[in-house]
Parts: sequence; C-alpha cells; structure tokens
Amino acid sequence: MIRRRFLLGVAGLAGLLAATLFAGWWQVDGPGARTPRLSIAGGPPPLAQAEMTLTDHEGRRTSPASWVGRPTLLFFGFTYCPDVCPTTLSDITGWLEALGGEARDINVAFVTVDPERDTAEAMADYVDMFHPAIVGYTGAPDEIRKTADFFGAFYKKVETESGYMMNHTATVFLFDAAGNFRSTIDYHEAREIAVPKIRKVL
Amino acid sequence: MNTASKALSIALLAGFFFAGPGKAESTQFGDLKVETPWARASIGTARPAAAYMTIRNGGSATDQLVGVESPVSGMAEIHKVKTKDGVVSMSPAGPLPIGPGETVALAPGGLHVMLMKLRQPLEKGARFPLTLTFERAGKVTVDVPIHGVGAIAPEK
Ligand SMILES: [Cu+2]
Repeated sequence: MIRRRFLLGVAGLAGLLAATLFAGWWQVDGPGARTPRLSIAGGPPPLAQAEMTLTDHEGRRTSPASWVGRPTLLFFGFTYCPDVCPTTLSDITGWLEALGGEARDINVAFVTVDPERDTAEAMADYVDMFHPAIVGYTGAPDEIRKTADFFGAFYKKVETESGYMMNHTATVFLFDAAGNFRSTIDYHEAREIAVPKIRKVL
Repeated sequence: MNTASKALSIALLAGFFFAGPGKAESTQFGDLKVETPWARASIGTARPAAAYMTIRNGGSATDQLVGVESPVSGMAEIHKVKTKDGVVSMSPAGPLPIGPGETVALAPGGLHVMLMKLRQPLEKGARFPLTLTFERAGKVTVDVPIHGVGAIAPEK
C-alpha cells in the first residue's frame, strides 16, 4: 500500500515535471514561443526583400526596401508608450550624437506597432522631440503586421483600465548598407556597447 | 466665473505649477527620503506620462508605497516594466515594499509612476505635486520638476 502510494507519487511528480518542461518548451521554442527577438533564425531577411508599404511621418509612401544603400537602425514602438520608447529614442539620439558625422548617412527608422493611434501626424509630433535623423513610420494595420513579421518583431495589444498598451519587441535591429541584417542592440544597452555595434555597419 | 475669480484661479494655478527653481530635490519624511523626483514632458494630454524618483528607508521597519496621486492625472499607478526575450511589457506593480536601510529606484526601464488621463500637458521646466501614500508613514507630497521628452535621468 505504502509502496503503491510512493509509486503513484513518483509518477505524479514525473508527470508534473514533463508538463512543466513541455510548457517551458511551448513558450520558449515551441508554437507558443514569445521570443520574437530573433524569431527568424539568423535574423531578418535582407531589406531588399521587404515588400510592404509604409507611410513616413511626412506622409510619403515608402518601403523598407528603400533603406538599402545606407546602413539602417530599426526600432519598433508606439508614441503612447511612456517609458521604454522615449528611453530608446533618447538612447538612439545619444548614440547618434556620439557618432557625430560618422552617422551622417544612416537610416534611423521608428516603426509604430500602434497604427490605430499613431497616424503620420502623431508620429511627426513625436519624432520631432528626438534626433532629426529619426524617421517615424506608420501604415495600414495589415502592413504593420507584415512588417513586424518580416523582421521577426512581436507586438500585442493589452487592454487596460484607461485604454490599451502595446507589448512589443524593444530590440534595435542593425542592417548594413547592402541591407543585410548584422546585429541587434538590446533595450537600454550601454552606450559603450551600442556605439561600436553601430560603427560596425557604417 | 467672474473675471476676478478667474484671474485668481489662474494665479493660483500658475503658483502651483510654476513654483520655479530653488526647491529642495529631496524630501525627508519620517524615516523615508524621496530623492530627485522628475517627470518627462508630455505631448498634449492624450498620451500617458511617467515620473521617477528614488526612495530611501532609513528606519528599522519595512514600509510600502501603496498609492500615488496627482492633480495633473486622473489616474496614477506604480508600474513595472518587464523585458523578456527582447519584448517589453508594463503592468501595475502593486504595493512596493522598501525594507529597512533599502533604497528603491523608480527609473526608466524598471519602475515608474504612470500618469494616465492627464488633465493638462506636462510642460518642460514646470513642476507638479505628486502625493505618495505609504502604509506606515502615511502621505507625503513631493514637487516634481518636468524635464524634456527625451530625458532619461534627473538633471543635476
Ligand atoms: Cu506604465
């Protein structure tokens, strides 16, 4: 009887462990993965393959494919974001200032994951507060979804008491002038690490 | 509202929000000390704003920050930013315990006071009052200077 109970207990524990492992796999590597940072093995495809159409903060229709020819720094966010996005845009501003003339010919793209509220006009008001090289992009919801998927960026709307917020990938993507993905800069990474990473794609 | 009372309320508001420089940047409050509070300027009132500070507990008992409120915001909460696999999310932090001798920093990328439903834009160079409610120490109001939209740290 005791032995039976013991065996049942062991089986139960093993089952629990398997379930935990499975849940971990599901969320990290499996279909439930919320690990979009490099959800595409080896990083996003070359920019030349990007076929979506976005609108920049000055109202021009354009595509990420048009970034080819100059190195590109790409970041996803939204202008109703009170903490992470202004911090990242400030960090980027600081990196660009540190690079000075070296970063003269770089595309700095800030793509919204909240096209519902971030019109081209809203993007213009916002990017105006940061480094002049930063260009804001918005687009139709399906084009934004296609863009994020292309780059392996994640975003999700979360309802709150006062409206909604967006969970999103805050990683900065770096591409060389040929449009090939080269590296990422993590959220709030130190300038001493970020600036050399950018220098490598210049 | 007549002209005189309108003028008076404008003067009061101006005094309230433009108290000017020269105020202490830290507030000692019983065993607690609230240091270098600051907020980012807002663009209009539609978007939420964030405020930051450092809280030191010099006492011998744990206290908890249980609430925040400000006349500039119709809804203020303490939020925590989490980063997982490059994805950032933000959610109410709940009561914030500060142990004896401990310092809790509200700083970009970690904890912030989220100021939602702004009643007025937060303008760079102005200030606003923010009331913190602690479980043991009670309520304290600090004067928060507003820095630029691009600020990431309190100005020295
Ligand atoms: Cu928040």
